[in-house]
Amino acid sequence: MKLLKTLTALFIPDAQADRVVPPTGFTATLTTFSAAAMAFLAVFAMALTLASGRLADRWSNELARSSTLRISAPEDQMQVQIAAALKVLETTPGVASARALTAEEQKALLEPFFGPDLPVEDLPIPQLIEVNETSTGYDSTGLRLRLAAEVPGAVLDDHTRWRKPLVAAASRIRLLGWTAFLLIGGAMAAMITLAASAALSANTQVIKVLRLVGAQDSYIAGAFVRRFTYRGFVGAAIGALAGTAAIWLLPEAETSSGFLTGLGFQGTHWLWPLCIPVLGGAVALAATRAAAHRKLREMP
Amino acid sequence: MIELDNVAYSYGGGELLSEISLQLSPGSFHFLTGPSGAGKTTFMKLCYGALQPTAGQARLFDRDVRSLDRDEMAMMRRRIGVVHQDCQFLDHLPISENIALPLNVSGRDNIDELANLKELMAWVGLKSRADALPPELSGGERQRAALARAVIMSPDVILADEPTGNIDWEMSQRLLRLLVELNRMGKTVMVATHDMNLIRAAKGQIQARVLRIANRRVQLAGADL
Ligand SMILES: Nc1ncnc2c1ncn2[C@@H]1O[C@H](COP(=O)(O)OP(=O)(O)OP(=O)(O)O)[C@@H](O)[C@H]1O
Ligand SMILES: [Mg+2]
Repeated sequence: MKLLKTLTALFIPDAQADRVVPPTGFTATLTTFSAAAMAFLAVFAMALTLASGRLADRWSNELARSSTLRISAPEDQMQVQIAAALKVLETTPGVASARALTAEEQKALLEPFFGPDLPVEDLPIPQLIEVNETSTGYDSTGLRLRLAAEVPGAVLDDHTRWRKPLVAAASRIRLLGWTAFLLIGGAMAAMITLAASAALSANTQVIKVLRLVGAQDSYIAGAFVRRFTYRGFVGAAIGALAGTAAIWLLPEAETSSGFLTGLGFQGTHWLWPLCIPVLGGAVALAATRAAAHRKLREMP
Repeated sequence: MIELDNVAYSYGGGELLSEISLQLSPGSFHFLTGPSGAGKTTFMKLCYGALQPTAGQARLFDRDVRSLDRDEMAMMRRRIGVVHQDCQFLDHLPISENIALPLNVSGRDNIDELANLKELMAWVGLKSRADALPPELSGGERQRAALARAVIMSPDVILADEPTGNIDWEMSQRLLRLLVELNRMGKTVMVATHDMNLIRAAKGQIQARVLRIANRRVQLAGADL
């Protein structure tokens, strides 16, 4: 209830209480502008974070838990080696299942490269075996040693080898995105604190008079807090809107795996920028309140 | 209502005021006089808690001023109306809003109170100047406005620091009559002034005591004025 009252008090301005502090004009516009600029940047930080998160998830999910065994052998030995390989795999801890691809499946894999008319059956192409891991995974070095001994024509393509650094890079970028987001929030808090402190100092005489006629600190602080929260909120709303529009207007490239083209929002993520004005208002509120109470404690 | 017990005050150098013991009882009317720089304003500030005594104890409505936190001090200010020597207005608000400021900051700015405001403006003769900004008023008008602001919360105590400082005799008389009227309504009044004529004029109208600051002490002056 109390919270609700505080919140409504924030947005239904107490006209009289707000008039006791003289209007500021130009500097007010500057505060709103800075809040807008911060929010604009925050949208990009947010987009970067979400996009790299998506990328990391995709890479780790799509490629996780599956690897490929490639067997190249003279035609007469092929079936023997396949059987031997499957047997090795079946007895390897951490392998959930293993299955030789059918000719049709292999043909489908090659089609993008050689066209639909390739007579796969007649070519000495390697046989692929799809290996699905359990959640714990297998020991790839151990498996390679056993395969080398029992199936000389087998090569294990373990995707983790190149997947791991990519996932690590994406995670790092996501971390950077969050850091940028927090830094933007901190810079916004610093900017509002400076602006609010300047406003408080410029109004020392007003504050003194208000104290003399019996105003409590909460009343005086409230007049400033409402002002700066409003500016922070409105500025952040404008900036978030502009930032979101800019991302929406980014030219769309075809390659879905590319990184830059993934920068943007997908689905419900488009709603995320909505929280930027709220955060902007909250940061402005907290910063102004702290500045006001600090200043008021210095005064009799 | 206001009790000073062996109070002393110093701004950092030597003591400006020493060994002051005094009680303002309800309904009393006091003048405070003394040469310029003797410490009248300082004494007034001790009486409304703007300054804390450097020695001794000051009690406002039975509360030691040292024990009051900031919010309690604000509540105390609502019970003591002060006419400051330099008025202390918000220069960007019209005088009517300045007079209503104590109501506004205490959340009492409702319809009834605002009707009182009209009456009060008429009482101090500022009805026609309601929309003027403080810097646009004459010295006397400002001081009457300051008095109106001091009484709008109907405080129990009114402290007026040189309320007739820069106005002519006619206007001083008028201001004095306002203060006397308030005293007759039961308010405790203290007026700092160096105007002996004002004190003589008051003595004809009410029972007033005169306090004089001399040699850092506050003494009750005799009948010889
Ligand atoms: N904030 C302050 N810091 C230091 N000294 C002060 C301060 N305020 C007043 N004084 C000094 O204390 C002395 C008393 O000042 P005060 O204002 O109480 O005098 P006063 O009796 O009201 O004088 P006046 O009749 O001119 O108004 C003066 O010498 C003044 O210079
Ligand atoms: Mg003085």
